[in-house]
Amino acid sequence: MALPAAILLLAGVAALAPAAARALPRAGGVALALPVAAAGALLVAAGRGGGASIDVPWLPALGMSVAFRLDGLALLFALLVTGVGALVVVYAWSYLADDPRRGRALAALLAFAASMLGLVLADDLLILYVFWELTSVTSWLLIQLRHERAEARLASWQALLVTAAGGLALLAGFVLLGLAAGTSRVSWILADAASLAGDPLLPWAAGLVVLGILTKSAQVPFHAWLPRAMEAPTPVSAYLHAATMVKAGVYLALRLVPILGAVAPVRWTLVLAGGASLIVGAGRALLESDLKRILAYSTVSALGLLLLLAGVGTPAAVHAALAYTLAHALYKGALFLAAGAVDHGAGTRDTDRLSGLRRAQPFTAAAAGLAALSMAGVPASFGYVAKEAAYGSVLAAGRPLLLAAAVLGSALLVAGAVVAGWLPFRARPTAAAAHAHEVAPALFAPALALATVGLAAGVAPGVADALLFPASAAVAGAPPAEPLALFHGGTGAALSAATLALGAIAVAARPRLRSALRSEAGPSRDAFRGALRLLEVTAKRHTAVLQTGSLRGYLAVTFGVAAALLAAGFVRGGVAPAWTLGAPRAPELVVGALAMAAAVAAVRSRSRLAAIAALGGVGYAIGLLFLLFGAPDLAMTQIAVETVTVMVFLVAFRHLPRFTRLSSAASRTRDAVLAGAVGILMAALVLSAAGTRSFAPISTWHVERSVPDAHGRNVVNTILVDFRGLDTLGEATVLAIAGFGIVALLKLRPRRDA
Amino acid sequence: VSSLILQTASRAIAPLLLFFSMYLLVAGHDEPGGGFVGGLVATAALTLHAIAFGVGSARRALRLDPRTVAGLGLVLAVAAVWAGPAFGRAPMAGLWVDGPGRTALSLGTPVLFDAGVYLVVLGSALNALFGLAEEE
Repeated sequence: MALPAAILLLAGVAALAPAAARALPRAGGVALALPVAAAGALLVAAGRGGGASIDVPWLPALGMSVAFRLDGLALLFALLVTGVGALVVVYAWSYLADDPRRGRALAALLAFAASMLGLVLADDLLILYVFWELTSVTSWLLIQLRHERAEARLASWQALLVTAAGGLALLAGFVLLGLAAGTSRVSWILADAASLAGDPLLPWAAGLVVLGILTKSAQVPFHAWLPRAMEAPTPVSAYLHAATMVKAGVYLALRLVPILGAVAPVRWTLVLAGGASLIVGAGRALLESDLKRILAYSTVSALGLLLLLAGVGTPAAVHAALAYTLAHALYKGALFLAAGAVDHGAGTRDTDRLSGLRRAQPFTAAAAGLAALSMAGVPASFGYVAKEAAYGSVLAAGRPLLLAAAVLGSALLVAGAVVAGWLPFRARPTAAAAHAHEVAPALFAPALALATVGLAAGVAPGVADALLFPASAAVAGAPPAEPLALFHGGTGAALSAATLALGAIAVAARPRLRSALRSEAGPSRDAFRGALRLLEVTAKRHTAVLQTGSLRGYLAVTFGVAAALLAAGFVRGGVAPAWTLGAPRAPELVVGALAMAAAVAAVRSRSRLAAIAALGGVGYAIGLLFLLFGAPDLAMTQIAVETVTVMVFLVAFRHLPRFTRLSSAASRTRDAVLAGAVGILMAALVLSAAGTRSFAPISTWHVERSVPDAHGRNVVNTILVDFRGLDTLGEATVLAIAGFGIVALLKLRPRRDA
Repeated sequence: VSSLILQTASRAIAPLLLFFSMYLLVAGHDEPGGGFVGGLVATAALTLHAIAFGVGSARRALRLDPRTVAGLGLVLAVAAVWAGPAFGRAPMAGLWVDGPGRTALSLGTPVLFDAGVYLVVLGSALNALFGLAEEE
């Protein structure tokens, strides 16, 4: 029960946030953060006994349950969601103090947290997918919080379109995975992962799932949305990067290591995309000057390392990935929060204009500095421990090339850490720093807390392992052979020294690199805009061709296609029209002749009123035919419909222009041929259908069951309101919508004229 | 178009049509009829009135906005669908007040459902018809 309770708690707090913003302008942040932390505590308590799960049957016919499960991996990510979440809520409350949209922002943030928590706790593929998409939607809300800015709207659309497109791939992958495994329960699939190894569906399933992971985690080539999403307020960015959203991809990659690792091309896709992102992201981070963009690109890079480790997939690599996930959450969260504090205190985030802030903002400087140590992987920080574990696992897996990539990427990250965590705070003050001031405690304390935990975990990695061992065991089935340690032997120390040295070189080379490469910054930015424009132009052209507005054209296409298909069917053979009805009786002949005469009159009429009356005559004649064949219900409905149709014509009459013949003789001939062909072919179809019967008619069943089951003697009515009542409900809804649509069209028209 | 003949005829015919539409609705479960055709006949009655006396008069005669009528119909139909679960049966299950036996006038959720269909047809059709007639 604790699992859905935790999710619902966050969702409930989200609903209360707007009210809290009005009622508790000062203490609201803490008031909202406490339930978030409580949700985390609830899960820790639930996880004490070795895990928890809940399973409520939902669609038993499809084998679907609302299933949640808490194991070590889920607990690690859930603690990131709630722990970082609680700090971010406190921070955001203060950060957005003057923003009229504070309540809405907090509501979206908490709804986002609830979705993310649901994602990591879900134990059913489809439930997981739903929460996955919910995080996409709620992050869209968060990114477009300042939607009066065109950039924010574009950024939110890009994030939504990219992650939702990946989400669709993920859904397809999940469906295939469920088909291959015969169940959608994640824990069952993983328990039996070995038996899936040779399944022909598995490569497709795994490939599609990886597509979802790469888009969500902003990996090359889908990474452009993440830097652009910096349009979001800083606390949102901190949360998206440190604990949620992009971490969803990492979570899924780690969760499905046994599945994804079973398909070699998929494994290599993860490794290659991760490695490319690791280097490209860290490189791009060096070229930026905006604090948030530096951090955004460095996230692309760090997630690349995580997915690379997931691709390597050995128990040691998984353990390293988990450690690095934790390290990244701590330092990236702290750095983002500090960047927001700098923005508030100094009025800019441009590292080219910032220097000497440490006197004006000592606490912010301390938080950023400590976090940067971890990001750079300086010995005794937790970032160092995690990086050492990563190097060790890649080395042990016998992948020297990957090791080189990891060292190069980490070296570039060292440089990024220097730019983000040191340059703004170094001794020499600039003009922008002269007016800077320290921010409120709520704006530096959360950053300081995250950075301190990051350092403490580095000094005593055994504490972190208490959390990481169960997570690691949940993925690999057994805890890793080696615990985390500060010292990994000579090789590790040498690699770390090399990383730091390369990082120092990158810092020294940064100004020259930037002036050389500045011109080609941001090509993907316009790729997205171009794609959007292409979509709009295509839609416009396609509409212009297909939606001409000519009713006659639409009917010609519809009937032409129907006639062609029918003709093709008869040509291919199989069925042939046959007269099985017996000789027509005199009344039927008379009524049929009447209908035909009325139809000819309608076509040849030179007055609109006469044409309408003649058309009504056709309808009445057909109604009479129904009556002659013993279908009073049908006949009555037909006659009522005809009556109302004639009335509609009468009402609409005065809006219509004077009756004139505008069509040429040629087009009338063409229409007559088309109409004749459709009529003849439809008659042939009806005759063939009447003579072909492959199954016993269902009507006898309806006649038998009508009174005992549906309590009525009118079979037509019992079908409409009872046997097929759901269809009727749908049709009634469509009818009501159509009625509103007609009124809307009528009301719209005069405005366009004016 | 105000015609004395049309107005006089409409005064006699429209109420008859309305009664007939209700008969169709109530009897429809056993005899020819039902909510759909009943709603159409009621539409015809009110449209006749609208042609004879103007849309404003027809609107006043209906008392409720056609949109409200359509909405009410949907509410009735949905209520009939969910009446089953309220009594521990499946959605859409027909519940009858007079048990499995038969009386002259049976009352049950399918009749309620049919009344919903009647109102949706009436409301939607009049919604469009009045809109067309009023448009200048």
